[in-house]
Amino acid sequence: MLLIKCPFCGPRPELEFSYGGQAHIARPKDPASLDDEAWAEYLYIRSNSKGLHAERWRHIHGCARFFNVQRNTVSDAIVSTYKIGEEPPKPVEPGLEERSSRSGAAL
Amino acid sequence: MRRFSAISLFREALGGHEKWPRQWRSPEPKPAYDVVIVGGGGHGLATAFYLAERYGITDVAVVEKGWIGGGNTGRNTTIIRSNYLFDESARFYEHALKLWEGLSQQLNYNVMYSPRGVLMLAHNIHDVQSFKRHVHANRLNGIDNEWLSPQECKEFCPPLNVGGAMRYPILGGALQRRGGTARHDAVAWGYARAADARGVDILENCEVLGIRRAISGRVEGVETSRGFIRAGKIGVVAAGNTSVVMNMAGVRLPLESFPLQALVSEPVKPAFPCVVMSNTIHAYISQSDKGEMVIGAGTDAYTSYSQRGALHIASHTLDAICELVPMFRRLRMLRNWGGIVDVTPDRSPIVAKTPVPGLYLNCGWGTGGFKATPGSGDLFAWTIAKDDPHPINAPFTIERFRDGVMIDEAAAAAVAH
Repeated sequence: MLLIKCPFCGPRPELEFSYGGQAHIARPKDPASLDDEAWAEYLYIRSNSKGLHAERWRHIHGCARFFNVQRNTVSDAIVSTYKIGEEPPKPVEPGLEERSSRSGAAL
Repeated sequence: MRRFSAISLFREALGGHEKWPRQWRSPEPKPAYDVVIVGGGGHGLATAFYLAERYGITDVAVVEKGWIGGGNTGRNTTIIRSNYLFDESARFYEHALKLWEGLSQQLNYNVMYSPRGVLMLAHNIHDVQSFKRHVHANRLNGIDNEWLSPQECKEFCPPLNVGGAMRYPILGGALQRRGGTARHDAVAWGYARAADARGVDILENCEVLGIRRAISGRVEGVETSRGFIRAGKIGVVAAGNTSVVMNMAGVRLPLESFPLQALVSEPVKPAFPCVVMSNTIHAYISQSDKGEMVIGAGTDAYTSYSQRGALHIASHTLDAICELVPMFRRLRMLRNWGGIVDVTPDRSPIVAKTPVPGLYLNCGWGTGGFKATPGSGDLFAWTIAKDDPHPINAPFTIERFRDGVMIDEAAAAAVAH
């Protein structure tokens, strides 16, 4: 079970949270102008990174707020957590960047 | 290949079973192959076997980063059934089920296919309505599936608890009598042995590090930890690692990889006569021939490549199973493990050509790929050999997500499956 540090409440067990999928996927500004390819990209295509992965979590049994997490999907180690709207912190663990660039992670 | 028969078994018994040859070679990679299959699980090995057996392509290599059958093939709960809702899925899984029925004979290897019946339990009104719809749809497709009342469920599987006030009461079940289990290791080994006998090279400890493409865009071969291997065509069957491999060719996919857990109990005498599954509470139970209760859970919430999940997922499944089958309450669990399953948005697989010439893709089997192994291998081999999908797998494209023609088994079951 993950121990997740909610940026508002502090470290809590994974049971208190719900997973919200890949982070930083912006809703299209002008949806009407999108073709099918662009819609499929927005709705379904995911980086599915092996290595550093930015994802949303919600502290549903706590403050109920959404926030972002950077996690290494090989070890499940949580690298950082940060509030919605903040820039993702640069990873400090060496090797993480290399792996994520190899797997084409879009952060 | 030394054929297995009563006579060969008897002859080897006289020699104390010490003279059996290796069942497949361990060759050095050749510089080039007509077809390279990336991924030595059941689906990949089956693809190689059918390429050689049915479609006359024997210059084939299967490259596997670990050992064959060491991924999801050796980690699943071995359930086989074909009672899917939609016509496309039903045709695909039924094609696989028909191949299962003659597989041991075809491979000359006992895969221990055991059609003991798969009973899917309904726990609420939604389940009852949904499963009855499945039963009717299956009958229209000529696939056996029948509705059982709670009492009939109890008669078919006596250990079930069908009475009393339960969190998840049993309101009935859908039974596919031809469904059952097979021994998953034997499936990988049987396909490997039969493919090897037909000239396929199985290259273990050979991790793909890159996919080389020509200026035209066509694939040229794979960079591996054992050197560059030229390939006329490449078939990617990499399950949880599909996104990573396909990224090497610049193809992004509608896939997410999740941990899926299973566990087995200590072995006990034969006590559980069939496969029981409950999509609602994510519990999948059968008894192996060794006597262990084989129990599957649901996926963890988050994407991961770690091949392990959290205890609370397995614990939730065990809570529910102890209520459904009270006699299991005193069983001790022996082992717990995880596999990484690649899940598509509609929970149906992708078995198709890709935008890259010479590159073919078989992925997205999610939490239920084992049952499809023979059919998936056969249809993927057809797709590679003829550079065109078979009518059965033609709907299972990547483009269906762009074009909105999904095969939405996710919505049909309302859960992952």
